[in-house]
Amino acid sequence: MGYQNRVAVVGAGLTRFMRRAQETGKELCFEAARMALDAAGLRPRDVEAVVMATAPDVFDGVHMKGEYLADGAGGFRKPYMRSFVGGGSGVFAAIHGWYHVASGHFDTVLVVAEEKMSSCLPHPQAAFNGIYDQFLERPLGVNLLWIFALEMNRYMQVHKVPQETIALVSVKNKRNGLDHPCAQEGIPGNYSVEEIVGSEVMVWPVTRLMVSPVTDAAAAIVMVSERVAKRITDRPVWVKGVGWHLDSSYWTNRDLYYPKYVEYAARMAYEMAGITNPRREIDVVEAYDPFAYKELHHMEGLLLCDKGEAPRLLEKGVTQRDGELPVCPSGGLLGVGNPIAAAGLMKVAEIFWQLRGEAGARQVSRPVRTGLAQAWGDLMQVGTVVVLGV
Amino acid sequence: MSVHIRDYPGIPLKDRDIGEGRVLTTEWHVKAQYAWDTGAALSRFFRALKEGKIYGRWCPGCDRIVVPPRMFCEWCFRPTVRWVEVCDTGRVNTFSVSYVNWDASRSAVPRVPAVIELDGASPGMGIMHLLGEVGDTLEEILRRVKVGMPVRAVWKPPAERQGAITDILYFAPCRDEGATEPGGCGCGGAVGADRAAPTTSGTDACGCGGGEG
Repeated sequence: MGYQNRVAVVGAGLTRFMRRAQETGKELCFEAARMALDAAGLRPRDVEAVVMATAPDVFDGVHMKGEYLADGAGGFRKPYMRSFVGGGSGVFAAIHGWYHVASGHFDTVLVVAEEKMSSCLPHPQAAFNGIYDQFLERPLGVNLLWIFALEMNRYMQVHKVPQETIALVSVKNKRNGLDHPCAQEGIPGNYSVEEIVGSEVMVWPVTRLMVSPVTDAAAAIVMVSERVAKRITDRPVWVKGVGWHLDSSYWTNRDLYYPKYVEYAARMAYEMAGITNPRREIDVVEAYDPFAYKELHHMEGLLLCDKGEAPRLLEKGVTQRDGELPVCPSGGLLGVGNPIAAAGLMKVAEIFWQLRGEAGARQVSRPVRTGLAQAWGDLMQVGTVVVLGV
Repeated sequence: MSVHIRDYPGIPLKDRDIGEGRVLTTEWHVKAQYAWDTGAALSRFFRALKEGKIYGRWCPGCDRIVVPPRMFCEWCFRPTVRWVEVCDTGRVNTFSVSYVNWDASRSAVPRVPAVIELDGASPGMGIMHLLGEVGDTLEEILRRVKVGMPVRAVWKPPAERQGAITDILYFAPCRDEGATEPGGCGCGGAVGADRAAPTTSGTDACGCGGGEG
């Protein structure tokens, strides 16, 4: 490939995930960024550039939120750039950090992702309605959950997957989340399929326990060139591949049963990583799971199984922490919480900790050398993929 | 989280912390208003809705009739060149049953958002709208609505139409499902008539047998 530097992740930080944090967005950024720098053994003055991921300004009622957060993220008098592709932003920020270093421009880059959703009243869901077409869709009285419910039902219909099978994703991830020290209060837990399916219907087939919550939190990672990595750590985690892809905003003209854009993003990352058989070569996966069906949808898009096969792998326990292909060992968005951009970067951080063997109670059983973090966002539209390896 | 890190920052608040004034808050109320010009394609589309008709655009590069209409084809990146009337009938591509309002509050009576692939347009060309006359409870709706089922637009009375997507009140199940004659709804969508089958079903176009809604 035509880039200058190999890039390593050398530190990660995370705040607690909270329905409502007392800290401001800047304060959350500061805590996560400082933890990541401490973990990497670096000082703020070592950081040459900062990347910030944060989702819509309208959550906070702060215009140019990236700039507002810059001071808390260590972006003071530095090259600073905001990544924003909706829910895909957290993983896209790591891609952004990668090309900052890979380009040869910078040796040390701090990547911070922040979301403070609780400020928006009466509920931040309403802030999302602006993603619908203002002429054709918003006059119908939309809610964000509609598109997910429509996509989930399409997936269920095409592959003949019962709601009960999809609920197993919630069961698994909410149980995994019990071992995450940052998990949002009341979000992880031991639930039965009946409890998941029987919880309050939001927009059928989506029930309350099949959708991730509203969360305030921040996450950060430090990305460095090989030159710096060799100096500061014996255990760098390398960025092996990155990929991203966007589909059409005419979402009603696409067949929602399959996320092609995730496949293209994955293919781009696999090609760069030299991965020809992802089913054998990827050891641990943090697929994006804002809704239960999304984990299955994304496993298929990531080419980790055939179309329609993900529910069977789930039923067989393949995606459990002690399975052959652990998916969302962190607990994911369903088990830890969903601070939009910070949730994506949390997934990158989880793969980093898994590959370093630092995940503690969440550490997957099988030996891991290669892991994948993926996020998704915009209007059922964007896929972002990072492959890490040791 | 890493096993090397013991304490994680963050001070979680409860709603009552704010309600009882234990933490201080500052409020800001924004009233934003917009008026969007509907643009070249949708202006014509909405004018036609006022007349009870649905128009798509034909792309010569891809030979497809797209709905919602656009003046350019995002596939081949050329201008679309012709207006084509499509049917006000179609098939349910997917649907859901919504118990939440725009602001996440609960609604007692569910609404049924759906993607409807319109007859006379190219395969897979859906629009989002609501289904109606399908029941008031989840059980009833799930019994009556099936993916692939034919539906037709139920229009507002002509005098009440405003040139908006809401000129179609909702799509309702076709009563005469048996009458399936391709092109039979009289929409004139001839260019696409031979490829009007929705991706969800067989080869029947305009499954309602045509006529005014």
